[in-house]
Amino acid sequence: MKHLELTSLQIKEKILSKEIQAVDVIKHLFEWIKETEPNVQAYITTTEEESLRKAEEIDKKVKNNERVGLLAGIPIAIKDNICTKNLLTTCASQILKNFIPPYDAFVINRLKEEDAIIIGKTNLDEFAMGSSTENSSYKETRNPWDLERVPGGSSGGSAAAVASNLAFMALGSETGGSIRQPAAMCGVVGVKPTYGRVSRYGLIAFGSSLDQIGTLTKDIKDAAVLLQVISGHDACDSTSAPVPVPDYLHGIDSGINGLKIGIPKEYFADGLNTDIQKAIKDALGIYEKLGAEIIDISLPHTEYAVATYYLVATAEASSNLARYDGVRYGLRAGSEGGIVSMYCRTRSEGFGNEVKRRVMLGNYALSAGYYDAYYLKASKVRTLIKNDFDAAFEKVDCIICPTSPVPAFKIGERTNNPLEMYLTDVYTIPANLAGIPGISIPCGFSREGLPIGMQILGRYFEEKRLLQIAHTFEAETNFHLKTPPLKDPRWCRG
Amino acid sequence: MIDKKLIEYVASLSRLELTRDEEEMFMNQLTDILSYIEKLRKLNTEDVKPMAYPLNKSNVFREDKLCPSTSKEEILANAPAKIDAFFKVPKVIE
Repeated sequence: MKHLELTSLQIKEKILSKEIQAVDVIKHLFEWIKETEPNVQAYITTTEEESLRKAEEIDKKVKNNERVGLLAGIPIAIKDNICTKNLLTTCASQILKNFIPPYDAFVINRLKEEDAIIIGKTNLDEFAMGSSTENSSYKETRNPWDLERVPGGSSGGSAAAVASNLAFMALGSETGGSIRQPAAMCGVVGVKPTYGRVSRYGLIAFGSSLDQIGTLTKDIKDAAVLLQVISGHDACDSTSAPVPVPDYLHGIDSGINGLKIGIPKEYFADGLNTDIQKAIKDALGIYEKLGAEIIDISLPHTEYAVATYYLVATAEASSNLARYDGVRYGLRAGSEGGIVSMYCRTRSEGFGNEVKRRVMLGNYALSAGYYDAYYLKASKVRTLIKNDFDAAFEKVDCIICPTSPVPAFKIGERTNNPLEMYLTDVYTIPANLAGIPGISIPCGFSREGLPIGMQILGRYFEEKRLLQIAHTFEAETNFHLKTPPLKDPRWCRG
Repeated sequence: MIDKKLIEYVASLSRLELTRDEEEMFMNQLTDILSYIEKLRKLNTEDVKPMAYPLNKSNVFREDKLCPSTSKEEILANAPAKIDAFFKVPKVIE
């Protein structure tokens, strides 16, 4: 029995039925981590001892027939920009290399309440700024399907961990596609919920009007249960929405008969890889066969989304990252000179180049004399992009398009040209600007054998509908069952 | 578009010290990025309202009542330098 390849819900079932102990799952998992992690490098921190202790607790509860949580015994990985009490949280930055949060993020509290086992903190682009995880100041995470390629980003560590069975599920975060894009490149399911669906309390801030925590999982049902746990209103985040959370698993297999799918022509323009184009076309064929109606639509302001994003997100980042000043936590680079020299030295030593670039761009866009031309202009174009979606959703129930214009690219291929890297997010950024939910699911493989992701976008707070639509496709296909060609763990044989 | 003077100004706003090489690199990269961003000027947005964030909520208040918060000791545990119950910083007034 290959337990590590099971989904989260499957392993939970086995733990609850006493077929396997949570402690054994953790032991096997850490053996696999020791063997495989040197290749994939998904984690910044792992917590073997604490995980074993927690697993023992769960086994005890199961043995005594006590009530257990929705995620009982499921090993989960957390992107390292989400605060975990008494557990190092670095944001992949040197400026937070010694930061031990004194509190848990809202989502971490929820995971603990539901008996999930937090097995480690995953690698990311520093402060989640990047599309390949190459901007980490700790390590270079590799794509499990081809170790010479990037896993995507910024939640690259979480995506790579789930794809290579180094975790059963993971949390990531998005500001401009940082869950969906690595999910596509690693062949897993990634959900970016509606802005406000999940509390951002304890998520280290990047672009506050865009940031949202979401899920990376092996299949749609796992996504549904994890989203269930982390969703809901939280008084500690004033942008958290007081909207009831439906039961995401209930009726997930109720089909898509009569569904109207919009296909935005702007998402199939020049620059889209032909293998990806074909995979999406094939997927649409499946939906049509299952009773959906395919409707051509237009989102006319799509071409302005990346430019808008890089003003809005960097402006917000320049303010959010002002807090790293060497005073209350994190790095302080010497105390010589006055306080301003200390600030400058600390930030210059503590931040990497991409963070510096974005903080400078944001400060420029907000500075006297440029505010109207840049930040205000971008905020207005953002309205036009949101209006495009509002108009489209009057005609269709969901929008289907590629998640990324290209499959995983080679490590180092795009690092010298920031603008080229930014354009990797051209299909994911519009949903963040509008605040609507999106899912990326595996829908095929390129000629080189690299995973391809299909994106499904929906109306505000219609995650449940998106999960149903995605599940319908997943039930008809087996792309999500393929695993990367990493060596099987020893204990799995036989 | 971004010259040496401007990059120095933006770096000082950002509380960053750049080396000569870094100045050169960021100058070129930011110029590239800004010239890409110029495309926004093509759009007429005269009558469009700016969007600050996706939801329609404003002024989210809570009741003004005391509730537990993180202890001073826990907060100060991460401080690079401290004295008693305070964060310690280098000289502020020259």
